[in-house]
Amino acid sequence: MSTQVIMAQALLGLNVGVFYAMLSLGLAVIFGLLNIINFAHGAMYMLGAFIALIGYSMLEEWFGISMEIGFWPSLIVAPLFVGILGVIIERTMLKRLYELDHIYGLLLTFGITLILQGLFSNYFNVSGTPYPGQPESLSGVLNLGFMYFPTYRLFAIVFSIVVCFATWYVIEHTRLGSRLRAGVENPQLTQAFGLNVPLMITLTFGFGCALAGLAGVLAAPIYSVSPLMGADLIIVVFAVVVIGGMGSIMGAILSGLALGLVEGLTKVIYPPAASTVIFFLMVLVLLFRPAGLFGKEK
Amino acid sequence: MFNETHLNLNIKHTLKGIVGAVSLLSLAAAPAFAADGKLSDDKVKIGVLSDMSGVYKSLEGPGAVIAAKMAIEDFGGKVLGKNIEIISADHQNKPDIGASTAREWIDSKQVDMITALDNSSVGLAVQGLASDKKTITMNTGAGTTALTEEQCSKYGIHYVYDTHALPVGTATAIVNNGGKKWFFITADYAFGHSLQDNTSKVVKDLGGEVVGNVNAPLGTNDFSSYLLQAQSSGADVIGLANAGQDTVNAIKQANQFQIVQSGQKLAGMLVFITDIQSMGLDIAQGLQFTTAFVWNQDDEAEKWSREFFKRHGAMPTMVQAGVYSSVSNYLAAVKAAGTDDSDAVRKQLGEMKLNDMFVKNGEILSNGLMLHDMYLVEAKKPGESKEEWDLLNVVSKIPAKDAYIPLAESACALAK
Repeated sequence: MSTQVIMAQALLGLNVGVFYAMLSLGLAVIFGLLNIINFAHGAMYMLGAFIALIGYSMLEEWFGISMEIGFWPSLIVAPLFVGILGVIIERTMLKRLYELDHIYGLLLTFGITLILQGLFSNYFNVSGTPYPGQPESLSGVLNLGFMYFPTYRLFAIVFSIVVCFATWYVIEHTRLGSRLRAGVENPQLTQAFGLNVPLMITLTFGFGCALAGLAGVLAAPIYSVSPLMGADLIIVVFAVVVIGGMGSIMGAILSGLALGLVEGLTKVIYPPAASTVIFFLMVLVLLFRPAGLFGKEK
Repeated sequence: MFNETHLNLNIKHTLKGIVGAVSLLSLAAAPAFAADGKLSDDKVKIGVLSDMSGVYKSLEGPGAVIAAKMAIEDFGGKVLGKNIEIISADHQNKPDIGASTAREWIDSKQVDMITALDNSSVGLAVQGLASDKKTITMNTGAGTTALTEEQCSKYGIHYVYDTHALPVGTATAIVNNGGKKWFFITADYAFGHSLQDNTSKVVKDLGGEVVGNVNAPLGTNDFSSYLLQAQSSGADVIGLANAGQDTVNAIKQANQFQIVQSGQKLAGMLVFITDIQSMGLDIAQGLQFTTAFVWNQDDEAEKWSREFFKRHGAMPTMVQAGVYSSVSNYLAAVKAAGTDDSDAVRKQLGEMKLNDMFVKNGEILSNGLMLHDMYLVEAKKPGESKEEWDLLNVVSKIPAKDAYIPLAESACALAK
């Protein structure tokens, strides 16, 4: 196999990997700070894509508002909407479950997923609706020397990596981040210092959901916007989180990117295994390093 | 601990009770066989078993239930003076779920005929089971030729299309236009492989060559890797031996990588009108494929389709139109036979000429194949489309005898 082919496939793998990274990052943040396994994460991703789609092409038809929200504003509007929905879900439902076992949070968020998917598949084509709003400036292909690569995909890769590392930086290296981590480590003591821990938790959940929404907007021009787009992805993303280590921010980012690469290369070496290779690795990690590659044993 | 054991005992006790009750019930239901000239259970019940929530939902799914209801309404809601009922369920693309639902329908819900059955693995499982229980299946959704070939059955009918009929038209047209070297991107399950094998045969028979293939898992999101492999294979034509969302994603992403612009052709082996609508004509224009039905192919079809659109919000795919036709003709056969006894109805179906808005001069062969004409169509250019669903031009009609495997060559034991 030529280097050219490997380079091309690696880049495509990275393209998938950035979506894994963005989603697993949100999951890891939520799990790390709230101890909630957010099964609704895939639905939030789907919702982000649909808000972009509806904002671009259906405001007039659905709500009689004659305006369109283009791709760039969608990058802010959609995550904001999804984040607010996250806040509402946390305030009204999830907060009642903190005292209980993880499984209750998982079941609740799974139920939310089913409701959202059901709602959207009622109104939209399950085989996907194309997102027409990809900006002119990002259309076309770039000659990278070893391959022609769509400009938009390159943008999505760079943009996602920037977002991922910015999130990591905020949580690990700023005052805000250190407060968040303190709130997780010892909520009572942190509250005694005058910090509003419940508010921090709510906003964190909102932020995690917003990240998924943002990933959804980025994915819209590449894949079709479909009610099941999140369901297809979420199981893999959970595997990514397990491999990276539950709750590890950097682990989620790096394992997301790396597993995208692994999957990409598997597609050339032995294509039928492409959809299972990640789970195979997950089993290996669970056997030999149960806390994940970057996780700490408790 | 003591309480727990006690509880377990109680549950066991209750379970025994339930099992007992169920066996009594099934005993009571057993003598409900049709005597001559009568209907079993005093009704005719149609089961629509389809993918209601997954990748094939929009091409069959809830639309199939609507089509079946329209057929029952058009029949007047009654046959031989008794009510016609309908039941539907989601098989989730899982053969075990499909088979267990079918078993429940036949054993305890008095279902007389099962239709839809998109997804080849589910179709084969349900046809096998229904045959053992002497229940007619009219498969409108699955593609595999195995339904009427190796795994054919006396009660199984394959109604709309198969993986032989589809590639014949498409591949013949493309090979004759110079597309000699083919590379396949194949959905990695029974249907995809069957489609690829049959297409390869057509391509080779016409002097073409298959230079490679790649098996992609069902439900692949990103086809770009496979598309690049296809691109570097040097093939003239990339054959998409898949369906639904997989086909849409592959064509859309081929467009992102400008594969068609750089000189390779795409050939969809199984494309539905909902796929073209989903992609948009900008991306789909010029794509050729074979279909059994186009909603505006003639006035009769268009009239029915517009009524369907009112109820479903989308124009019918060929399989949804096929559900209407299969249910109508099944009911007509029950009426003509004067009973819903499967042997009598199957015999009647084999003797009828099928004519309705979906099919002209169709006939059901002894191996269960419904023989009918197919159409080679092409996605319109965006400027040619007069309304949202005006998407296809009919390029040519493919006569039934050219499209389907001749009875004489059938591997089915019933064909002899």
